[in-house]
Amino acid sequence: MTAVADKPDLEIGRDRRRKEDQRLITGRTRWTDNLVLPGMLHLAMVRSPFAHAKIVSIDTEAAKQSPNVVGVFTGADLGEAQGACINAWAITPDQVTPPHVPMPSDRVAFAGETVAVVVARTAAEARDAAELVDVEYDELPAALDLKESAADTVLAHPDLGTNKSALWVFDSAEAGTGSSADAAIEKARGDGIVIEREYRQQRLIPAFMEPRSTVVDPTGEQITVWSATQIPHILRFAIAATTGVPESKIRVIAPDVGGGFGGKLQQTPEEMITFAVARKLGKPVKYTETRSESLMTAHHGRDQWQKLTLSAEKDGTVTGLKVELTADLGAYIAIVGGGVPVLGAFMFNAIYKFPAYHFSCQTVLTNKTWTDAYRGAGRPEATYAIERLMDELAIEVGVDPLEIREKNWIKHEEFPFTTVAGLEYDSGNYEAATAKAKEAFGYDELRAEQKQRRESGDRIQLGIGISTFTEMCGLAPSRVLGSLNYGAGGWEHASVRMLATGKVEVITGASAHGQGHETAFSQIVADRLGVAFEDVEVLHGDTQIAHKGLDTYGSRSLVVGGEALVKAADKVIEKAKPIAAHLLEASVDDIEFSAGRFSVRGTDQGLAMAEIAMATFAAHNLPDGIEPSIDSDATYDPVNFNYPHGTHLCAMEVDTETGGVLMRKYVCVDDIGNIINPMIVEGQVHGGLAQGIAQALWEEAVYDDSGTLVSGSFVDYLLPTSADTISFEVDHTTTASTTNTLGTKGVGEAGTIASTPAVVNAVVDAVRQFGVNDIQMPCTPERVWRAIHSGDGGDETEGAAAPHFTEETGMQGQTDRTDGANQ
Amino acid sequence: MARIELTVDGAKVSDDVEPRMLLVQYLREKLGKTGTVIGCDTSNCGACTVHLDGRSVKSCNVLAVQANGREVTTIEGLADGDQLHPVQEAFRECHGLQCGFCTPGMIMQAVDLLGENPSPTEAEVREGMEGNLCRCTGYHNIVKSVLHAAGGAK
Ligand code: FES
Ligand code: FES
Repeated sequence: MTAVADKPDLEIGRDRRRKEDQRLITGRTRWTDNLVLPGMLHLAMVRSPFAHAKIVSIDTEAAKQSPNVVGVFTGADLGEAQGACINAWAITPDQVTPPHVPMPSDRVAFAGETVAVVVARTAAEARDAAELVDVEYDELPAALDLKESAADTVLAHPDLGTNKSALWVFDSAEAGTGSSADAAIEKARGDGIVIEREYRQQRLIPAFMEPRSTVVDPTGEQITVWSATQIPHILRFAIAATTGVPESKIRVIAPDVGGGFGGKLQQTPEEMITFAVARKLGKPVKYTETRSESLMTAHHGRDQWQKLTLSAEKDGTVTGLKVELTADLGAYIAIVGGGVPVLGAFMFNAIYKFPAYHFSCQTVLTNKTWTDAYRGAGRPEATYAIERLMDELAIEVGVDPLEIREKNWIKHEEFPFTTVAGLEYDSGNYEAATAKAKEAFGYDELRAEQKQRRESGDRIQLGIGISTFTEMCGLAPSRVLGSLNYGAGGWEHASVRMLATGKVEVITGASAHGQGHETAFSQIVADRLGVAFEDVEVLHGDTQIAHKGLDTYGSRSLVVGGEALVKAADKVIEKAKPIAAHLLEASVDDIEFSAGRFSVRGTDQGLAMAEIAMATFAAHNLPDGIEPSIDSDATYDPVNFNYPHGTHLCAMEVDTETGGVLMRKYVCVDDIGNIINPMIVEGQVHGGLAQGIAQALWEEAVYDDSGTLVSGSFVDYLLPTSADTISFEVDHTTTASTTNTLGTKGVGEAGTIASTPAVVNAVVDAVRQFGVNDIQMPCTPERVWRAIHSGDGGDETEGAAAPHFTEETGMQGQTDRTDGANQ
Repeated sequence: MARIELTVDGAKVSDDVEPRMLLVQYLREKLGKTGTVIGCDTSNCGACTVHLDGRSVKSCNVLAVQANGREVTTIEGLADGDQLHPVQEAFRECHGLQCGFCTPGMIMQAVDLLGENPSPTEAEVREGMEGNLCRCTGYHNIVKSVLHAAGGAK
């Protein structure tokens, strides 16, 4: 029973192999699309081919006659039972928000919007019948280009009278956190340096590998919804709030979820339509999207123009920063919607000591797919802008870009530091991370090689890119969210159930989709309660089990959810102490708990946690007035954000004759506080890096002039492959966060946030001698070539220009390299 | 409807299928072999990779009727009872998966790759796995897993 005594080292900090892997590597999985229920019916959506059109008529007769079709419904048929898709964050009190009916009956506002749904006995029959639905449209002019839409040339929603949704402004002079940015810029125009740039954050698609799927079973007392979602709790709330079905009658389950990256942080029209159809028919129904539907209709990310002005003294000391964003919301305001760029508002000043800061963001409605959170959400945009600008400043001053950063960053002895955006950074050591990264990278040697290649006019030029980033994570202190007018809090809930046999069930309101929570949370609880790692079971993602929670996004699971877990475990210990004292015939004051054992101070008497659990279960001999349970729960509201940081260094080779780029080396040293599981952390960094690098080099969602998404399949939307990427060098420095007990900081988004500017800085650095100071992302060979030859890096991406299209594969996108491919 | 008979993960099965039914649909919908998944509709992602007569194929690129009389191995038939295949072991050991959605296809492709080339270089692994997409891992640990499995097999 008391294996605890010979328990070896602490679990926290160990590279434990993941508990979740056994199932996943043997194919024993529970993806939503795997579920089959008796009598289950299948849905297929009929989608608008037009970006903006009036629906004149919908003829469903032929589809209804198709084999095994059970019903065909339009928006008018489902009516109010569809509920609505909500925006949880009106960023200003006067935000213009178009109503969002899951399936409209009068007008479509983007290509891909659902206008009818077919229900049949099989998915194939539903799809066949969907082809037979005849919709007559009256096409309307579409608002497509972001800048033109901001000028209200064509209206995305004519009834609203404008495309301008909200203007969100922060000014350090008004907020009292600094002086006036305008004044600083004015002064610098006289006697300092002013850098003015406009950068483009292209539209991206999260492109999680598991297409979204929803199954709704209305046959029980509670209506059960399985969905491939990051947010089961928020989804339940939204369904209840907009359909009138009581929250207590809805159970939402997120089973195995195949990636999200923000892309599954949504209450989708498809979920609402599936819910409505299941209720109408009283039968279980399933909807699984195709990849093309996913790329076309699941929310996109980024899509901003950034106008930036940085002022500095002649010696490179920064004096002011002014940021004016225009952000594309798409056709509807998604659940976080315009809040995404606002999450970046506090991060443009980054690690630097700006005395003056002005930020504004104009959100704009267009007739394109809606946008919302994508890995990093607001912070990659901010980091990109500032890290690109710092390189430009270094050029103006004529010093190494690392030197200009060091001159302006917060020194490690200056923490805690209150920034010009009003945040208090608790800890960090930029010097240490940078020193370590430089050494691992071979910075000086690579600079020497770069010089030599430049001087000899080598066809292959070398560029070095730097990104010394920070981010805010751990969303979020509820009162901060309240002050920003966000619709919910930022707490998290956990409970610990002590089973009679000494096993432990841990329930968390966070909802994992690949992050390894089951493993990391087991490690935390094993240490805290002194039980074996294997004896802890982590349960999540089902509102009936984890009845309370705010789910997983914004790098919050560990720093907020983990802290709730620590608090719940501590309560277990406190509840167990009087029972231990009673059984050991000692006073509670003399009971000590360590390494899973309650002992009497100064004696060798003691009882293990498992023994207390058993005694509590039996309840034969408990002290008077004590309830027979040591189970506990806790809800934790963070007091502050936390601020991981790091130094990322990237070396890119550019072929000046073809414009082709090749990554040669990528080193990053991140400070993410104390680490629970280094193996999982490294994995998070790798995945984040690849996504950030992909923004710099490959990915872009492109629309044609009529508003059709041309990158609507994996042939055209260029996810990197193993052949496009390299192995990364990932290391750490550690300054513990002081805003939570475990001293951890978020890590889920760090790699994505930091890497994009590092890569683009490197590409620009390689060709700067040709008069280039910017290349628009993605930096395709075509754009790089044009920049070299005309000093201009702008314009459209050509799919076929991207690097993993080669002559050899007929310019056809990723190669099918399975052996049997050509049989 | 066409009658097919084949062996899947060691078991003989026979069914009437629509001529247009894809092998991946047959595996998932008729046989309940949901370990093999569908990630795209353009044969780009490789999530559906299985072995047909011992060679890797994208099962969304093969009709069920084409598998008639042949032998299919899916991720569910790869382990020998409780004994994991060395490539499965390697993926766990090297953290070659996060959400796990691409993993069945990755493992099946890696097994095939190592069958052809038992001691590949990193570049050969990267080339050979190019037809399988992963959004979580950045491929770093997938490549490491395949190299680890190769090392173990020596
Ligand atoms: S499902 Fe994507 S390649 Fe087969
Ligand atoms: S592990 Fe998630 S897609 Fe590969």
